Amino acid sequence: MIKAENVTFSYSDDLSVPVLDNVSITVADGSFVAVLGHNGSGKSTLAKHFNAILLPSGGKVYVFGQDTAKKNALLDVRKKVGMVFQNPDNQIVATVVEEDVAFGLENLGVPSDEMHERVGKALDAVQMSEFAKSAPHNLSGGQKQRVAIAGIIAMRPRCIVLDEPTAMLDPSGRREIMKTIKTLNKDMGITVVLITHYMDEAAQADRVIVMDSGKVCMDDCPKNIFTRREELLALGLDVPQVTELMHRLREKGLRVREDIIYTDECIEELVSLLEEKYD
Amino acid sequence: MIRDITLGQYFPGNSVIHRLDPRIKIIWTFFYIVLLFFVNNFWGFLVYVVFTAIIIRLTKIKPKLIFRGLRPVLFLLLFTVIVNVFMTGGGDVLFKFGFLTVTTEGLKFAGLMAMRLILLVTGTSILTFTTSPIMLTDGIERLLSPLAKIGVPAHAIAMMMTIAIRFIPTILDETDKIMKAQKARGADFESGNIIKRAKAMTPILIPLFISAFRRADELATAMECRCYHGGEGRTRFKQLKIRKLDIISLLFAPLLLAAVVATKYIF
Repeated sequence: MIKAENVTFSYSDDLSVPVLDNVSITVADGSFVAVLGHNGSGKSTLAKHFNAILLPSGGKVYVFGQDTAKKNALLDVRKKVGMVFQNPDNQIVATVVEEDVAFGLENLGVPSDEMHERVGKALDAVQMSEFAKSAPHNLSGGQKQRVAIAGIIAMRPRCIVLDEPTAMLDPSGRREIMKTIKTLNKDMGITVVLITHYMDEAAQADRVIVMDSGKVCMDDCPKNIFTRREELLALGLDVPQVTELMHRLREKGLRVREDIIYTDECIEELVSLLEEKYD
Repeated sequence: MIRDITLGQYFPGNSVIHRLDPRIKIIWTFFYIVLLFFVNNFWGFLVYVVFTAIIIRLTKIKPKLIFRGLRPVLFLLLFTVIVNVFMTGGGDVLFKFGFLTVTTEGLKFAGLMAMRLILLVTGTSILTFTTSPIMLTDGIERLLSPLAKIGVPAHAIAMMMTIAIRFIPTILDETDKIMKAQKARGADFESGNIIKRAKAMTPILIPLFISAFRRADELATAMECRCYHGGEGRTRFKQLKIRKLDIISLLFAPLLLAAVVATKYIF
């Protein structure tokens, strides 16, 4: 469990313009939480507090019971909470895929035999085993990002924080990553915190937190969040495309549900609408 | 076009040379370079060329790819040759043009210098082509580790080198992109004299530097996230073990030495 208690943070000593302003949230074990917010809302800054890359200027962050501000807990905290960043190029250290996946394990002092086994399993989990000996710069963006994720899961974290992992990828790369993230969460039981600005991605989480100017302004399940269309638009955010479609259909006077956020639901609704009309 | 630069790039493979212990390969490379500077006649170079050719054959990497590594030093090579041709005195004068004199000795010396440079680059690129950077830095780290006691930051040096090598293709890609972007905005890199062209590089270098710093910052954070905390208590994915193959390879070192020394006395 990750718990932020009244976290305030500012990059300068001046606390009058905080990046994070009295944020308190709890991420339950095994959950899939998406954090939404436009640029500068503090979502990435919050994420960096979850594995002690940044320490709160005020308040506390507890990661599985440990205070992140304690120096001697640092490695343990980072071992439990892995982090994946936006640019896959800037997080790959080695020139061969499997050696890069092993990087974290090398730092933790894992014996070589065990390392080989864990690297193999991690690459399996992200379906990149066939590229174990490849050079990262020859991979596609989505593949590189999956290598970065493998590097984290090889360390067997209990939670993975992904900071806009799909922002630099093409649509097929985005789909690959979303699929991988879901496997991590559903099959491996890893807690996932996904920072994103894609509404469709956020819709796939169990819980959505919306941030604005350093504050948590909404915190609910995706259905409840995306039915608050006007509020989201006012925050410079959006709703998933299907939700927008439903909204426009309603404006045209059609009777469709407004709480639709997934493509499947949308199709069902449209089909039943058409059937109703032509029966 | 900029991607052609292969100096410092690894070609995965499973040849005899690939399988050698990196420490042995580094020691071999040093030996190869040092000995190369004692070679000063045609036969000595012939020995070296044959030796290098055999090694290239053993790596099973296409010779074309290895020679591509020479491209970036082409200018240096030409410069060396020209300077040596005109600056070396002695021997018969072939022709005179103003203050420039070309002598047989000059031509010979320039040829030897060029050979030396080519062999130097080829020999060292064999090391980087057949050794993955992590293995390479592992090797360097192990070789330097006795010096850690007198304060040499062996691990830090090795880590910096790995990262530098890792980012060569990334930064090259980026340079290419920036060049195209600036060209699209009307920048002209091809015309004008050297000074004008050097000045034209500014709009490439500044964005490149800014992005390199940004990358460095992000990479440092990503490394911290993966529990990087220096060399203390670190284990290795690939263990280094001196095997029979390595010992056998070392046996060829005195052979090469003997052959080179022999050419000095026989011819």
